[in-house]
Amino acid sequence: MKVVGLSGSNVGTKTRTAMDYTLQVARESYPDAEITLIDLAEVEMIFSDGRNYFDYEGDTKMVAEKIMEADAIIIGTPVFQASIPAVLKNVFDLLPQNALRDKVVSVFVTAGSSKHYLMIEHQLMPILTYMKAHIVPTYVFIEEVDFYRKEIVNDDILFRIDRLVEDTFIMVDAYRKIREAKEAEYGF
Amino acid sequence: MEKYRIHPENGLEIGLYSIGDHLRNPLTGKRISAQQRIKELIETATLAEEAGLDVFAVGESHQTLFATQAHTVILGAIAQATNKIKIASSATVLSTSDPVRVYEDFATLDLISNGRAEIVAGRGSRLGAYELLGYDTRDYEELFEEKFELLLKINKEERITWKGEFRAPLNDAEILPQPLNGSLPIWRAVGGPAASAIKAGYAGAPMMLTTLGGPSRVFNPAVRGYREAAENAGFDTKTLPITTTSLMYVAEDSQTALRESYPHINTTAVQLKGAGYPKQQFAAATDHREALMVGSPQQIIEKILYQHEMYGHQRFLGEIDVGGVTMDQIKKNIELIATKIVPAVKKYTKVNKGGIS
Repeated sequence: MKVVGLSGSNVGTKTRTAMDYTLQVARESYPDAEITLIDLAEVEMIFSDGRNYFDYEGDTKMVAEKIMEADAIIIGTPVFQASIPAVLKNVFDLLPQNALRDKVVSVFVTAGSSKHYLMIEHQLMPILTYMKAHIVPTYVFIEEVDFYRKEIVNDDILFRIDRLVEDTFIMVDAYRKIREAKEAEYGF
Repeated sequence: MEKYRIHPENGLEIGLYSIGDHLRNPLTGKRISAQQRIKELIETATLAEEAGLDVFAVGESHQTLFATQAHTVILGAIAQATNKIKIASSATVLSTSDPVRVYEDFATLDLISNGRAEIVAGRGSRLGAYELLGYDTRDYEELFEEKFELLLKINKEERITWKGEFRAPLNDAEILPQPLNGSLPIWRAVGGPAASAIKAGYAGAPMMLTTLGGPSRVFNPAVRGYREAAENAGFDTKTLPITTTSLMYVAEDSQTALRESYPHINTTAVQLKGAGYPKQQFAAATDHREALMVGSPQQIIEKILYQHEMYGHQRFLGEIDVGGVTMDQIKKNIELIATKIVPAVKKYTKVNKGGIS
């Protein structure tokens, strides 16, 4: 199983801190999975210009191809101006219309306060649905107060992330089984 | 219709087209040489003619995984190897070509083929030509509109005086050679969305509409929009033919057709678009309301007639050679199309002079 952790910000530390913990949990619980971190703060991306994703070069091509190859993507995003960061939106724009078909996508958010709790529902979910993702329904909302010196200090959040990881892997397995059973019926 | 060499009284025209993809056969893992691919295209055209099909078309693409960069040269070889079948492009990327050169090429093809050549001008759904030939995709729309206008003008007038943005002006220029009977059928290639079809309608040009796959009903707004725009622009829609083009694979029964074609159509989607053809969508091909022309002869007949009732089109072209399909498979397809599908479709789509029969 190929899983990508996509840390969706080019600045700051909270999203990356939460992503590091998330992927650590995933690696410990599922040692056989191939787990890759993409931190948008560490790659040189160009803006989408409409070409096929495999026709880009450098990091842009690498990021797009890693996501296309993945069975699951765990997205971590901060809240920028009541929405997701431009760098994260750009990743979606690089990909084909149905890029997330047959992929499981789960999400956590980091935010300064609870003011934008529904941002994900309004800004990110419509994109994921449009791109045909199987979305893990529950997401984790992590606030400033849950961090202390690059560490998550709220046990509730840690438990929620543990469940998010588990739900992600369970959904990949479940959908794979359903798909395989259905495709076996087709006979082609 | 006469102007475009279309005779509805003979029923729906049925032919083949290729975009010239040059892909590995997913079952053997092998890719034939570009030379063989091109020769097989020419052979396919001769087989289509022998089987009595109406049209054979070859499209232009300028990038890796394609072999038909010089599609007019291939059409030249086809013109020489055949006698009756109409030959067309599918499409010519007009935006990155000089309309004068395009017209010269196709007028020459028309002379070689004794009046069988047609131009289908498009903008190109793949962007390879723009990069390679030095055009900016920001001019995507304007490049095409200007060049298409010039192409139609060349087709209409003997001496051309013209000025535009993307080509040197023409001052009382004579474009030679002239086609056999003075003009060529010039179609406009249109993708799925209605917007592009509406532009074709405004231009009063015949339309070749891609209906690769998906519910046939989805393409109806494009057909209606095209006719409505043409009418608004003062054209008589009864004189404007429509072609549809779909992915196609016929076998004795639908399960065989699905089983044999899926690997090829899927690999085409993977290699050209970067994502496979979902099996769930592919399985829908067995429904007569789905445009993907994969199935038994009877199913294909039902699909084409269902579309004909809805679109009232004059020509259907099938793409039977994608994703490394073998020559044996192509031969089998042509045989089934010619012996089973064509007679039935023609019978039901013939139009009497006094109206639809």
